Amino acid sequence: MIRVTIRQFRTEGIVGFALLAALAVVLAVTGPHLAHVYDAFQSSCRAARDCAATTNPVLKMDQPLQSALPFIVILAPALVGLFFGAPLIARELEAGTYRLAWTQSVTRGHWLAIKLGVIGVAAMALCGLITWMANWWQSPLDAVNQNRFGVANFSLLGIAPIGYAAFAFALGAAAGVVLRRTVAAIAVTAVGFTAARLAVTYWVRPHLASPIHESLPLSTGSGPGFLYGDSQGTMDYNAYIQSGGPTPRVGQVVLTAPQVNVPNGWAYLTTAVDEAGRAPTSHYLFQACPVLKQFSKPQQPLQSPAALQACISRLTSTFHTVLTYQPANRFWPFQWAEMGIFLTAALALCGLAYWWLRRQYA
Amino acid sequence: MSAVLEASGLGKRYGHKWALSECTLAISSGKVVGLVGPNGAGKTTLLQLSVGLLRPDAGSIAVLGGHPGTGPVQLSRVGFVAPDTPTYSGLSIRDHLWLGAMMNPSWDGKLAESRIDKLGLDPSQKAGKLSGGQRAQLALTMAVAKRPQLLLLDEPVASLDPLARREFLQGLMEVVAEHGASVILSSHLVGDLERVCDYLVVLVDSRVRVAGDIDELLACHYLLTGPRRDHGDLPSDEHVVSESHTDKQSTFVVRTDGPILDPSWSVEQLDLEDLVLAYMAHAIEQDRRPKLEVHS
Amino acid sequence: MIEFNLNKRSGVAPYQQIVQQVCHALRLGFLEVDDQLPTVKEVVGAIAINPNTVLKAYKELEHLGLVAARPGVGTFVIKTLSDDSLAAHGPLRQELKRWLGKARQAGLDEESIEALFRDVLWSTSAEGAA
Repeated sequence: MIRVTIRQFRTEGIVGFALLAALAVVLAVTGPHLAHVYDAFQSSCRAARDCAATTNPVLKMDQPLQSALPFIVILAPALVGLFFGAPLIARELEAGTYRLAWTQSVTRGHWLAIKLGVIGVAAMALCGLITWMANWWQSPLDAVNQNRFGVANFSLLGIAPIGYAAFAFALGAAAGVVLRRTVAAIAVTAVGFTAARLAVTYWVRPHLASPIHESLPLSTGSGPGFLYGDSQGTMDYNAYIQSGGPTPRVGQVVLTAPQVNVPNGWAYLTTAVDEAGRAPTSHYLFQACPVLKQFSKPQQPLQSPAALQACISRLTSTFHTVLTYQPANRFWPFQWAEMGIFLTAALALCGLAYWWLRRQYA
Repeated sequence: MSAVLEASGLGKRYGHKWALSECTLAISSGKVVGLVGPNGAGKTTLLQLSVGLLRPDAGSIAVLGGHPGTGPVQLSRVGFVAPDTPTYSGLSIRDHLWLGAMMNPSWDGKLAESRIDKLGLDPSQKAGKLSGGQRAQLALTMAVAKRPQLLLLDEPVASLDPLARREFLQGLMEVVAEHGASVILSSHLVGDLERVCDYLVVLVDSRVRVAGDIDELLACHYLLTGPRRDHGDLPSDEHVVSESHTDKQSTFVVRTDGPILDPSWSVEQLDLEDLVLAYMAHAIEQDRRPKLEVHS
Repeated sequence: MIEFNLNKRSGVAPYQQIVQQVCHALRLGFLEVDDQLPTVKEVVGAIAINPNTVLKAYKELEHLGLVAARPGVGTFVIKTLSDDSLAAHGPLRQELKRWLGKARQAGLDEESIEALFRDVLWSTSAEGAA
């Protein structure tokens, strides 16, 4: 039955692994050079002691490939779901060949288990290899950017994509069983997979572990700033605008906390608060820094930045930055957790597919 | 003789509509059974229930003494050919036979190859490129080569031309002669069934209307023509299957075990087609009558 | 090897038709003693009929003492229905052909020829019996 499954999916398998091989060749050809450039620059900047001030030229190399690789890694699990998962069973139900397949001497459960198992493992292996090769190629860039845990990058690294692949595949297969049409299953898989990935990234991943809250001086990083609500939008001075950060109502001003970089960690947000943890009110800010009132007169260039700076220096004695973040050493536990979530969902979908099949047919 | 198919009150519904209802049959082995009825009567439903592609909603069914579709042994004993003979259009004939060998421990590779050879088919030809008749023969080969005890064929010749039909039936009869398999063959072409079947089941509108050995059925049914009279005038042991009247004349199809004694009747035997038509007409008549009638 | 035909419209049961065709062949000398009848598989492969029909026919022929089954080998003719009169068949056939030619020239159609022949056959055998 294993060989039968492989034979029936020969075309898809060949295409998939041919693309993998093509990618491998491209990466193998360009990768070592990238690593070499990175290493060479690192040794020279260390010698000159100006590593912090200079940028590694590696960031400008192979630009097309640098831009394309994240897309490839993001899309691979989805494509595997659409082209391995959706047609797996839908094709047989659609063409009526299930009446041939289910009247040989193989039981329904055995047939389904082998199909899901063999092609599912192939899907996971394919995506796992693509991810591993991309990560290997990209490691000099990651060493420079130090942003592995960031929302966008996390999904491209490590073992999470293996979980995504398993889930997309299982979703495709289950959709195929329920809808009995390949095209419909493809549509449902595309929508469902996207929704699931977005939901986990933004609603589940932040809560997998309680983030650390660290107090830092207000002047850390890029320093604090002000954000003023105008009838036409906001006006700012040195403000770091972040999602989840405070936004001022019209006529109000807020104190924005600075952007703090956590190398290879995941910074959720920074807030500017006092010892009791309260953010300054707009009223307090206008009183402490009368120069802020200039914001209410628009279309005038910013007056006296020196006064604004002086105001900020006064505020640093009362307020500090609270950084909410996940430290870098939690990267791998998060990867395992995310892969685990998607793998569990994949298994549940396989169970659904089996249950539905037995219910509809026999 | 053991039973190949035993059904008791078997029923299957889709939503609120019963595709098959109160089906009770006992078919012994060694027969070629013809399953006849109009489209939508329930023939496909009955066959799919027998091979485990559907689950019953009422009653029970046992095939070769076991539950249909459960376990590899049960599956290997029953061969099935679905209507429009589904095959994998991208796979060659050789691939199909390989598939059969991989998925059936009881596969007889030599039998399969010799059948394909005798039919003059090219093993490297893709199934999608075969004609309807050739695909039907491939499907039959796949069902037969696992040496089943029972073959279920759902309208396998419906879309074939007369020559392809004849060749299919010839092949099927050879298999029965050589391997002694029992066959249940559904069709709405009575002419084909008359040649090859020795047992008849008529299904109309989800119910079994008549079931029995063809020779016995033909022997106990008569076509009576005579002067106009009501069916109540006939002796009670003559069951009226169908009737038609003009203002002067009455024609009845009756079933009776005894002889027809009334000399005013002109008595004829029926052929199989007439018999099936009589029961089909009777069924439509029955189902149209209001349910208020009390049946004795 | 004998070939069978099934006439659905003749009103004769299929197995009877096979019996009759074997007897016919025996009478005309197409089948002789020790000739093998085609196997059930061969018969149904040539004319698609139920194997039980063929088995029934062969059993009937066995019952009539005309054939015998040799297990594992086949069914063989053991008695012929033709007799020394077979030799006379040749010249009789020729005469019959000549007579038919004359009847057709006289304008008789097939049915009239058959009716005439049957009438003479019945009346002469009645006379013979009397």
